[in-house]
This record gives sequence, structure tokens and C-alpha cells, in this order.
Amino acid sequence: MQNDLTLRVTRKGASSGDERLVKAHWWVKLLRRPELGALSGTILVLIFFALVAGRSGLFSPPGIVNFLEVSAELGILASAVALLMIAGEFDLSVGSMIGFAGVVIGMLVSEAGWPIPLAVLAAFVVAICIGWANGWLVIKTGLPSFIVTLASMFILRGMTLALTRLVTNRTQIPYITNDHENDFIVQLFSGHLGNGIFVWLAHHGYIAQRSDGAPFVDGIPVAIFWWLGLAAVATWILVRTRFGNWIFASGGDANAARNVGVPVARVKISLFIMTAVVSTIFACVQVFSTGSADTLRGTQKEFEAIIAAVIGGNLLSGGYGSAIGAVFGALIFGMVEIGIFYTGVDTDWFKVFLGVMVLIAVLFNDFIRRRATEARK
Amino acid sequence: MSEATPNGAGQNGGAPLVELRNVSKFFGSIVALKNISFTVYPGEVHCLLGDNGAGKSTLIKILSGVYHCDEGEMRVCGNKVDFSSPREALDFGIATVFQDLAMVPLMSITRNFFMGREPTCGHGLLRRFDIETANEIAREELGKIGIDVRDPTQAVGTLSGGERQCVAIARAMYFGAKVLILDEPTSALGVHQASMVLKYVALARRRGVGVIFITHNIHHAFPVGDTFTLLNRGTCVGTYRKSEISRDEVLHVMSGGEQLAQLNAELEELMGRQGLQATGIELEPVETSPH
Repeated sequence: MQNDLTLRVTRKGASSGDERLVKAHWWVKLLRRPELGALSGTILVLIFFALVAGRSGLFSPPGIVNFLEVSAELGILASAVALLMIAGEFDLSVGSMIGFAGVVIGMLVSEAGWPIPLAVLAAFVVAICIGWANGWLVIKTGLPSFIVTLASMFILRGMTLALTRLVTNRTQIPYITNDHENDFIVQLFSGHLGNGIFVWLAHHGYIAQRSDGAPFVDGIPVAIFWWLGLAAVATWILVRTRFGNWIFASGGDANAARNVGVPVARVKISLFIMTAVVSTIFACVQVFSTGSADTLRGTQKEFEAIIAAVIGGNLLSGGYGSAIGAVFGALIFGMVEIGIFYTGVDTDWFKVFLGVMVLIAVLFNDFIRRRATEARK
Repeated sequence: MSEATPNGAGQNGGAPLVELRNVSKFFGSIVALKNISFTVYPGEVHCLLGDNGAGKSTLIKILSGVYHCDEGEMRVCGNKVDFSSPREALDFGIATVFQDLAMVPLMSITRNFFMGREPTCGHGLLRRFDIETANEIAREELGKIGIDVRDPTQAVGTLSGGERQCVAIARAMYFGAKVLILDEPTSALGVHQASMVLKYVALARRRGVGVIFITHNIHHAFPVGDTFTLLNRGTCVGTYRKSEISRDEVLHVMSGGEQLAQLNAELEELMGRQGLQATGIELEPVETSPH
């Protein structure tokens, strides 16, 4: 058939022969990566702050740890939020879940006298149940997850406030980690790693030290390892497992996926459970670094996590995206939030920056998607 | 399309792959299908022809497990079956390529090809989607049908309509389809792309697969078909071997004969209106006006 022939000719031509075509192909391949936007965004933001605030200490060890910590906490959420978004769903209850998990731990420890590890375990069990309920409702009712989780966002926040006030008469639960600061479980979420290296670096004059000889930065916060670890796991799941393929399929076209035997309901419910679980990890990091729980913790975190995922190249409509992109999204978020303080600009402008960035990211993603689906004539 | 001449592979001997006996389907008071009997043999391309609303879609939805039939019975390889889902029909080797193709445009060819049936390697926590093998198989299978996919990781959205159709068919074939149901596979395609799909249908037939080819385009059905079943308003007008009927006869029966004659007359009237008016002959008013 003539058609066959032309097909072959065009493709052979692209693979060998003209070098310029090969180059274009390499470029197209790069363009196809969902992380591209976020990666170039990260580089742009880096350059911007290097020029504007390069000497202000943003890129000194304390500055770096500072913004990485912000990125890490958000990134922990964004890894799971990205996967859920690729599967075509939202979870707006992430922020409320953080507050709820925090007071569950706080009340079990302070009021009921449970040991910390048991309270943490209980919080995770509660999170799994809430995540499952979110997913089950979305699947069973067929309602948009936006509506279902909007409801659970308010229900959970309300329950957090009402229950805490009912039990403790206050909205804050302080002194949770008193006398337990060095427990393994507390250190697991709020400790610092690599103290020895930083002491050594300070001792040899590579990094700044205080007058008593201790370094300004006494280690890398564990949250950063949680962030990178979760992102690695999410990426592995997404691109290297069958479940990952089902995530793409469920978000790309749930009906088509069902027709070829993908258990769409199971995939989505598992991912709702995952977002609730990472919210609880986030809550543990906060509760154990500050030693207290507060009913307002996690407010707006659901939107910030969605922002990180969107900047990271995840499509709001599902079916496309990456967890690595969300890492860059969270990195940009942290850099801008902390960096704006170092530039001397009023930090009130941070949200303006953020909004503009989201808009640019969405426009860019949309452009990429159209490129990727363009039919070859 | 010369390779598509009837070889009678299944018609002389061999048990039918799929058999419908007096199948009826009702939606409330509407009779969607009435007393349909229908048989597909291995290596046979059975074309299901009919105008819109003739019941083609209902019939394939029964065959592919989306609907239950209200009366009559269905047999696969001689065994009575009652599918509860498309997945179950798939397990019996009945693969349907629906019009929407069940493909996700943003996913790669390989990921689409193995969607829901991914090959894995490794054990325990390291058990993973064996992408290398999957890419290799996808490339090979598509190569067999003349689509030279250099890069199976490219998004399905970048393929043309005909190529997408072929990927969907290749996927069904690779996963062991004994009966292939193609729902209007050529209706949205241009001439070249349609011929690509038709060639593949002929290839499947040669491999002994029973193909049910749904279309309302006789020019696509006639070259590859062995048997033609004509549906009209939920009933079976007749089943014909290729040797028993000509292209024009199929067209005649399909569109209901008289209807076509009437249409011709009406069209003549419309086209010749001005000419006729000049001669002073009065015409009856025509309700539909050509826009």
C-alpha cells in the first residue's frame, strides 16, 4: 500500500539520514517530559534569586536548609497529590486531614496518656479510614471528587475544632513531646541527620559557625529525606509498576480503562488513602518539631499541594504528569516563599507571585498536552 | 484486497466460534432486536450491515458482554454462555474494538497496548512493569501489520486515526482474541487509512480469527467480507454468502430497496425542479430542503 510506504519513509528519515532531524527528535522527546516546565521554572527561579538576593544569605547553608524545609513539607504532600491528580481526582481535605491527625495524636498523648508511638499508629489508622471513605464516596456516588472532598474538608476541620474544644476546652494542645524529645518516633519525623558532617565542616571553616564553634546548621531536617523518599516511591510506582499504568489509565479515560480490565475503583480509593496518609506524615513532622498540635494546622495546604503538582506539570484533568515534577514544584514554592524575604520585597507579595506562576504553569502544560496529542497527518 | 476472496475456511467444516440463536432484546416497550440468529466461524469475516438504528450496536453489545439478551441464547465454541461484563467476554476470547478504541491519547503506545495486562518481572516489592519487554513486543506486533513504530513510547495521540485503529486491533489479537468484533472501524477514516485497517482484517482472517465487522459502508465491507448479515429495524433481513449476492443487491436490501428508489425519485425532482418549472408542470411541495 502506498500509505504504508509513506509511513515508513517518513519515520526512517527521522531515525537516520539527516542529523538535524535526530536533533529535533531529541528536543521533542524532552518536550514530551511532564517535568520540563517545572525544571526550567526551577532554574529560572534559581537564577532570579541568585541575581537579586545572591549576597543576602539565601544560598548560605542556613538559607538553603530554610527553604528546603518549606519545600520538603509541601513536597511530602505533593507526591501523593500528584498521583491522585494523574488518576483524575482531587483531594481538598488534605489540609483538614493534617489538622485532624495532629489533634488525634495530641489528644491521645496529652489527654488519654497513650505512648507516642501508639498515638501515631492510631492517627495513621484513622487517616486510612478517612481516605478510604473519601474514595469510596467518590466512586459510589459518581460525584466529582472536588465536591466530595470539599465536604470532607469542612467536616474534618469542624470535627478537629469541636472535638478538641470539647475534650481540652482549648484549640491548642501543647507539650506533647515533653520528656520524649529523643524518642525514636519523634526523631523519625523531626530529627536532623548528618550533624557530625556539619560540625566537621564548621570546624574546618567551610561553613559559618557560631561564636561557640557550633555550626549554624546542625544537620539536615529529616523532613527533607521524607520528601525525597516519598517522591522516589511515588515515581517508582508511577512509571515502573502495573499500578502506575493503571493510575495513568484511570485518569486518562476511566471508561476505556474499565473496558480492558483495569480496577479503576481500587486504584482511585488507594490513592485517596495515600493522600490521607501523607497528610498524617506531614502532621507528625509538624507536631513533633513544634511539640504541639493546633486545630488550624494545615489550613490551605490542599491548595498549596495542588499548586506544587500543577507547577510540576501534572494535568488537572488527569492522565498525565509526574511525581518528579511535583518535587520541582515544591522546590519552586519553597524557594519563592523564603527567597522573597531575602530580596527585601514585602512578603505580602508572595501570593501574587504564586498565583502568576500557577497561571503560567497551567498555560505551559496545556501547550505541552496539545503538542503531545497532535495527530500526525 | 485480492487476498480477501472467500476461502470458506470455516464454512465447510469446523464448529462455529460464536452462535446466537433467536436472540431478542427489549428496552422497555421498544424492541431493539427480534429473533436474531447469527453465526461466526473461524477464519470468516462476517459483516453486519444496516442503517442507523438497525440494531447493530445492540447486537455487538450483547456479543461483547455489555448487555444481556432477553430471549434466546448465545454459545461460544458450542458452550452456552451468559456474560456479566466485557472482561468476561474477553476471557472467552471475544475481543471488541469499540469506536472509542479504549485508548488513552496521552499515554504511550506501549502503555496503551498493555493497559490492564502489563507484563511484570521481579518479585515482592521489586515486582515491576517490564517496560523493556513491553516496548519490544509492541514494536514487533505493530511491525507485523506494517506500522513501523520506531518509538513505542510516543503518545497514542500522535498516531493517525487508522494507525490507532490498527493498534487497538493488534492489541486484541495479541491477547488471544478468537473472535474480533470491530465496531465501525473505518467510518471515520480516509481512503488510505481505511485500506490499512481492511488489510489488517484480512490478515486476522487468514490467521483463523473470526471477525465480526460492523459497518454501513458496503464498499469497505464487500472486499473483505465472506458473509453478510443485513439488519433493518431490529430484525434480520437475511444472511448471504458473498457468492450469493452482489454489491448492489446488498446495498439495495440494506437501504430497504423501495426507500432508495423513492429517494432517487425525490432527488430527481429536486434537482430538476427549475427545469421542470420551465415546462409549466406543477410539483408537490417537498418537505425537506437541501441546505
